[in-house]
Amino acid sequence: MARTIIPFGPQHPVLPEPVHLKLVVEDEIVKEAVPALGYVHRGLEKLVQIRDYHQMIQIVERVCGICSCIHAKAYCQGIETLMGVEVPDRGRFLRVIWGELHRVHSHLLWLGLFADAFGFESVFQQFWKVREKIMDMMEATAGNRVIISVNVVGGTRYDLSPEQLRWILEGLVEVEQGVKALQKTMLEDYTVKARTVGVGVLTREQALELGAAGPTLRGSGVAQDMRQLGYSAYSDLDFEPVVETGGDSYSRSTVRFREVLQSIDLVRQAIARLPEGDTRVPVKGNPEGEVVVRVEQPRGELLYYIKANGTKFLDRCRIRTPTFANVPPLLAMVGGLELADVPVVVLSIDPCISCTER
Amino acid sequence: MIENITEVTQATVASEVLRLKNAGYRLVTMTCTEIDENDLDILYHFDKDLELVHLRMRQPKDRPVPSISGILFAALLVENELRDQFGVSFDGLILDFNRTLYLDAEVTEVPLVSNVKITKQ
Amino acid sequence: MLFMTQNILKNFVRPKATRAYPFVVREPFENFRGELVNDMDKCIFCSMCAKKCPSQCITVDRTTGTWDCDPYACVYCSVCVDSCPVNSLSMKNQHRKPAVVKEPLLLKGTPPQPKKKTGARAKASGSETPPADRTAPGGDDTPKAE
Repeated sequence: MARTIIPFGPQHPVLPEPVHLKLVVEDEIVKEAVPALGYVHRGLEKLVQIRDYHQMIQIVERVCGICSCIHAKAYCQGIETLMGVEVPDRGRFLRVIWGELHRVHSHLLWLGLFADAFGFESVFQQFWKVREKIMDMMEATAGNRVIISVNVVGGTRYDLSPEQLRWILEGLVEVEQGVKALQKTMLEDYTVKARTVGVGVLTREQALELGAAGPTLRGSGVAQDMRQLGYSAYSDLDFEPVVETGGDSYSRSTVRFREVLQSIDLVRQAIARLPEGDTRVPVKGNPEGEVVVRVEQPRGELLYYIKANGTKFLDRCRIRTPTFANVPPLLAMVGGLELADVPVVVLSIDPCISCTER
Repeated sequence: MIENITEVTQATVASEVLRLKNAGYRLVTMTCTEIDENDLDILYHFDKDLELVHLRMRQPKDRPVPSISGILFAALLVENELRDQFGVSFDGLILDFNRTLYLDAEVTEVPLVSNVKITKQ
Repeated sequence: MLFMTQNILKNFVRPKATRAYPFVVREPFENFRGELVNDMDKCIFCSMCAKKCPSQCITVDRTTGTWDCDPYACVYCSVCVDSCPVNSLSMKNQHRKPAVVKEPLLLKGTPPQPKKKTGARAKASGSETPPADRTAPGGDDTPKAE
């Protein structure tokens, strides 16, 4: 049988962002996949040469809209380490609250898109309906729906009043009920399982060798979550990384589903233990030295390498986003699949192409 | 500021990476920085149980870097990215996009190395 | 089967999840970062907002007394609002209305004259040169949008 190359993307109904895969197929079976990137490359890493290190916060937030808060948090943590700035306790907890709200909204977005990928439109709408409550919370507390821009070097820009905290807790009850109502459909439905169980399997060994990150890694049975490093206030909160052992698309969606509930729990813990005090400390001077920071983004491990030279411009700010690490595992997963399963598997790593190309 | 750095050279990098791979380390990423006009600084970040280990290599810009993508497939995209952004070539890269992973073929400047023009294609 | 029937019956009585926009509009949140406004009476043309702006969309000209912001380059981060020393900048809690043509944001005001210079100039050339706007309060001092 002659080999045929089927182009997948850059514009495809399941892809919110452009990425291109050349699928080499024999009959209906994919033999291998070759990626082609570069459709949304903006060269943000080069901007360190012309923007000072405070202005870079707004730039790294735009690496990826969906997880903007966590990008800024990682970057600020790096600069704070270099400058020896100690973030006040309240600031650390507020970072957790906003970061976890971001994770909930990102995972709900993905769960909806994933349902859409295998054609379950009504679940897609239901998840996004629940997500809207989280968007309202961010808009009311931080001034914007997605790019909330709360982090600054030295802490957070905004504070949460007791009324706002109470309102968030009330809203979270609604969100939790909404998510739990969808649990049966998303995780136990016969048709959903038929499309996801055993599709796109990545074994534990493969995941480690190919450098997978985040839910893709945890879906393959590796209990690794960067929040275990205890940055921000995670060292003061109780949580266990969510792990599934199947390694298939179903496991990855289960990991994310359970992480939504885990994040809601973390927000509640953080609000319960929120200390009084300032949210930020003033920062003077310029950073110097080099540092590697890792935080957990909704899509997985995010690495920042920052090299500063004592002026207000950084030498280098290297951003390794989780989707960038998840592309080689994706190529391994796609091999041997039926063509019709490719969209589901591509979406199961939660691809964020703007992140990948920066 | 960065702990656990091992200095490696072009001759020893492959064996070091293989040793880490066999010890169960996961390649997180590679980072490249321009040191001066002639040299680049390449860092390899590895992770095992939340502990980071780094390899550091000084690389002349005009010489090819020994590729580790044959040992670790995960290095494929990073090495192509460095080729785009720093204009260094890699020896033995298993899938070489030839400076067009992000950039178009007609781009003649190397973005992160002070906009050096490409002379040879 | 019964699981679905329950849902269908509930949906008959449940309120809608969406609003009948544009007839029903939600009240904007108090802290929302909408439109950027500058109170030109307060503005001292120090250019701090232009220096801090990450997207560099603000241009301040001290000599002509103009404060120019490109609202289509602005990212609405409100860093300028935080850094303004006299609190002349603020954010409305509603964003700009959709428009058919681009509406630039160019405001005019009176830059404060440095005290020493004004004094020196007043000495040198009598009472003609001091800024006319200062002598006519409420006249050209009011901000004009163009």
